[in-house]
Amino acid sequence: MLKKRIIPCLDVKDGYVVKGINFVKLKKISDPVEQAQIYQDQGADELCFLDISASHEKRSIMIDIVKKTADRCFMPLTVGGGIKGLEDIRSLLKAGADKISLNTFAVNNPILVKKAAEKFGTQCIVVAIDVKKTANGNYTVFTHGGRKETKLEALSWAKKVEEFGAGEILLTSMDRDGTGKGFDIEITKKISDSVSIPVIASGGVGKLQHLVDGIVKGNASGVLAASIFHYGTFSISEAKKYMNDSGVLVRL
Amino acid sequence: MKVTIIDCGSGNLRSAQKAFEKVSSNLYKNTKIIITSIVEDLEESDFIVLPGVGSFSDFINGMKKINGMQEALNYYVIKKGIPFLGICVGMQVLATKGYENEETEGLNWISGSVRKIKTNANLPIPQMGWNNLKIKKNHPIVNNISEKDHTYFVHSYLFDVNDETQIIASVDYGVDITSIVAKDNVIGMQFHPEKSQKVGLDLIYNFISME
Repeated sequence: MLKKRIIPCLDVKDGYVVKGINFVKLKKISDPVEQAQIYQDQGADELCFLDISASHEKRSIMIDIVKKTADRCFMPLTVGGGIKGLEDIRSLLKAGADKISLNTFAVNNPILVKKAAEKFGTQCIVVAIDVKKTANGNYTVFTHGGRKETKLEALSWAKKVEEFGAGEILLTSMDRDGTGKGFDIEITKKISDSVSIPVIASGGVGKLQHLVDGIVKGNASGVLAASIFHYGTFSISEAKKYMNDSGVLVRL
Repeated sequence: MKVTIIDCGSGNLRSAQKAFEKVSSNLYKNTKIIITSIVEDLEESDFIVLPGVGSFSDFINGMKKINGMQEALNYYVIKKGIPFLGICVGMQVLATKGYENEETEGLNWISGSVRKIKTNANLPIPQMGWNNLKIKKNHPIVNNISEKDHTYFVHSYLFDVNDETQIIASVDYGVDITSIVAKDNVIGMQFHPEKSQKVGLDLIYNFISME
């Protein structure tokens, strides 16, 4: 059977891995290529690079990081952040990325998601959806690394990107990101149950049980975390063992 | 030793090249792993690799745009018997026909058709992630590969092979999905060996050990 995926995420800014709390306060951690290699050795199922400040800063450095990583890590690699057009997608794929994650770009030009899926294949187009729960209990989509609120409601947006040919949804709760309080299960489950493409839960992992919850309660196909792995709180192998012991099918 | 990786215009071939470089340096002295869209480069290849992403029809159309490529592949692989590996859509196009976007004729090296995955199990499509191989038949390509080994899949279509004896391995995804096919010198893998860490590199090793 297909196994549930554990995906360490490396938030990259100016060539360094950083990690923030609720998307803002950034702390510099390490070299992304070295960190990617460590995760590969620990048995990560995939790697995810998010160029978190890319929407408004230069980012040719990212291409170089992707190349170096793809040269030594024989595993799937997703890259996102600051994609502005089909040409950006092509150059990242050429550098060695397997999947491209689109957020601001997708919201501004939904039709280009369609074009990108047609051109490069559904399998390599991930739409990243950053959501925040509003006072009335609805979930609103944010762009620009969480700095800009949109008028989009999360569930209908998720259905729309599926229709446009996204092959996967990377769902991040901004309320939970960096807090260690666990995924927002409510929205994860809601979206996972309503679309037929895989959904990856992200934002808020602090304990290994949170990873299990994302799969078992949130019905996600995979779980993504940054801090717990970066800071060495847990290794990927420890996380997998815990999930396996909890009855989640993982690749050991 | 020369491995020719054919570029039909579908993106990332660098990973495949790097994986072949890594594996072949342990096995051969002088290795040359090239990525090319030029028909003449197929000459003197010891191994030919056809990686593919995107849709069946786009891929075949991309191949047809390269003047003489399909004929050259038929000549070197089918007539001369150079060991060949098709990866993902590069495996699917070995079929007689594909039904992605529109009905498209494949290379017809392995009889069968490519159609959308349909399961009753309410599983997400594409199948994306790691699945463990079920070995159906003994073959040098699966030397030292066990049923505990996982490879990385990302696809929405499956290869329905007419002659079951050509299926070397499959995976369970609500339905049985052909994962490795083989017919004489022609091998196809639905998953991405270049993305499947150690198991993938072992499979590539088995391929370039074939004679």
